[in-house]
Amino acid sequence: MNLIIEGIVQAFWLLVHGDPTVLKVALLSILVSGSATILSLIVGVPLGVYLGLARFPGRRFLVSLVNTGMGSPPVVVGLIVTIFLWRAGPLGALHLLYTPSAMVIAQFVIALPVVAGFTMASVQQLDPKLRLQIISLGASQLQMVWLLLKESRLPLLAAIMAGFGSVISEVGASMMVGGNITGQTRVMTTAIVGEVSRGQFALAIALSILLMLLVYLVNLALTIIQQRSKPR
Amino acid sequence: MRQEVSKSTFPLEARDISVVLGGVKVLEVPSLQVVPDEVLVVIGPNGSGKTTLLLTLAGLLRPASGTILYQGQAVNGKTEMLKLHRRLAVVFQEPLLLNSTVWDNVTLGLRLRGVNKEEIKTRANKWLERFGIASLAGRQAKTLSGGEAKRTSLARAFALQPDILFLDEAFNGLDSHSRQSMIEDFESVLRETRITTIMVTHDSNEALGLAHRVLVLMDGHIRQIGTREEVFSNPVDEQVAEFVGVENIIDGVVALNQGGIVTVQVGKDAVEAVSDYTHGEKVSLCIRPEEITLAGSRASSSARNSFAGAITRVVSFGALSRVEIDCGFPLVALITKRSAEEMNLDKGKPIYASFKATGVHVIKR
Repeated sequence: MNLIIEGIVQAFWLLVHGDPTVLKVALLSILVSGSATILSLIVGVPLGVYLGLARFPGRRFLVSLVNTGMGSPPVVVGLIVTIFLWRAGPLGALHLLYTPSAMVIAQFVIALPVVAGFTMASVQQLDPKLRLQIISLGASQLQMVWLLLKESRLPLLAAIMAGFGSVISEVGASMMVGGNITGQTRVMTTAIVGEVSRGQFALAIALSILLMLLVYLVNLALTIIQQRSKPR
Repeated sequence: MRQEVSKSTFPLEARDISVVLGGVKVLEVPSLQVVPDEVLVVIGPNGSGKTTLLLTLAGLLRPASGTILYQGQAVNGKTEMLKLHRRLAVVFQEPLLLNSTVWDNVTLGLRLRGVNKEEIKTRANKWLERFGIASLAGRQAKTLSGGEAKRTSLARAFALQPDILFLDEAFNGLDSHSRQSMIEDFESVLRETRITTIMVTHDSNEALGLAHRVLVLMDGHIRQIGTREEVFSNPVDEQVAEFVGVENIIDGVVALNQGGIVTVQVGKDAVEAVSDYTHGEKVSLCIRPEEITLAGSRASSSARNSFAGAITRVVSFGALSRVEIDCGFPLVALITKRSAEEMNLDKGKPIYASFKATGVHVIKR
């Protein structure tokens, strides 16, 4: 019991005094997971729209792949990315393993199917006749996609939340491809694992509080946007 | 501004169209021409392919084979398709508004078509006003009632000043009062604008007053196409006759209105009916064949209308007989086969046809 109370007290001390180690780790987390989320939106939203609206042979297979990807274990993704980036691997020449870039790549692979899957679901929940109506109003292909995305903006925000949530809280892949190197590739989740294994509960609790706070703030911001644009 | 169409080309034409959905051929139209400025009403039972026909003509559904021609030009590639879509307007059964304000919805098509801002403002204001929803411009579309939403979608369509207007069961799903007032507004707008219109309905009475031509679609085939009178007075077969129901449509002019009972002059004859129309108005009288009773001699009864004539044809199907009579104007009566046999009805036999003033449905021409 003492351990917990002591840990919490120390954690608050670290947070209030802006401990440089804690801040550095938190910043890298935001940077890596933020970039991965943005990249996954850039690729995943168009992919989700395409899978949701287009009809082509093999579509069902792709949809099933995306759905599987939404539940794929981060450690497996980590393993695959590690193999690719390994010195003797196909992309070994890029020397990306154990860098933040490698972590962005791994998290991108994790978030991509989540974003694509949520996007697909949100454009598919629209009345199929709405598409015909928009086309008949004279929309080009691009204008139509834009209007459909705008129309499904509420569930689309869920895609962002889910995408960010899936990578900020992920530990297996970051550990594997980043290596949890202090001052270089340590993010909040890997730091928590590392600290706990060394019996350093205070830092682990401080980082946990910060992580929870971060996830909460990001979701709060998105929820406010979502609920504000919700029809009265 | 509507473009003048040269006489040799139709605004819209379909050639050898067939549409296959889910491996089943649901529509087959060897040829269909839409005439400039006409109102073509497509009727048919549920599942007969009406909506499929409309979507195909509007270039919203790709046929398995065949060609759609817009002003004589085949519509093939994406560019031509977009060009076609930017000349037409479609109103669906559902209002299909975007989650935004009424103003945004009414101006959406104009913005997509790149109309300049001043023009957008003028047109949107005009049509919001015309459909009685100017006060709702700032409202969120999701907060509208069914009738208000439908008016918004009509205003959105007319603001486009389309060459061709398509309506797919546009007045369905409204309560009878708002439906009636909306149809009236729509009819007066259509009379004013004279936009070439193709409208689909499963209700053979809807917009009958507007139809220049009626197309009867059954099982994906055009069974009959012709003027209102042709289709309703001379159905090509029993299925069509059964579907259209009203077989007697007689044109006349209101001569007198006495306390809600009108006397309508039809050629040399006068027909009494219940209606609010006044002297001089051109009307069509719709009388269902089952409303007409036949007698060998002029009997006294409560029926206000009784005409002497001669039988021109008797057709029996099932337990019923369809008797066609010429009494200065053509009338069709539907009686039981047994009555027809007992009265010994046959071609050439003189007969008295009677119907009540309340059995006549008066529509404005």
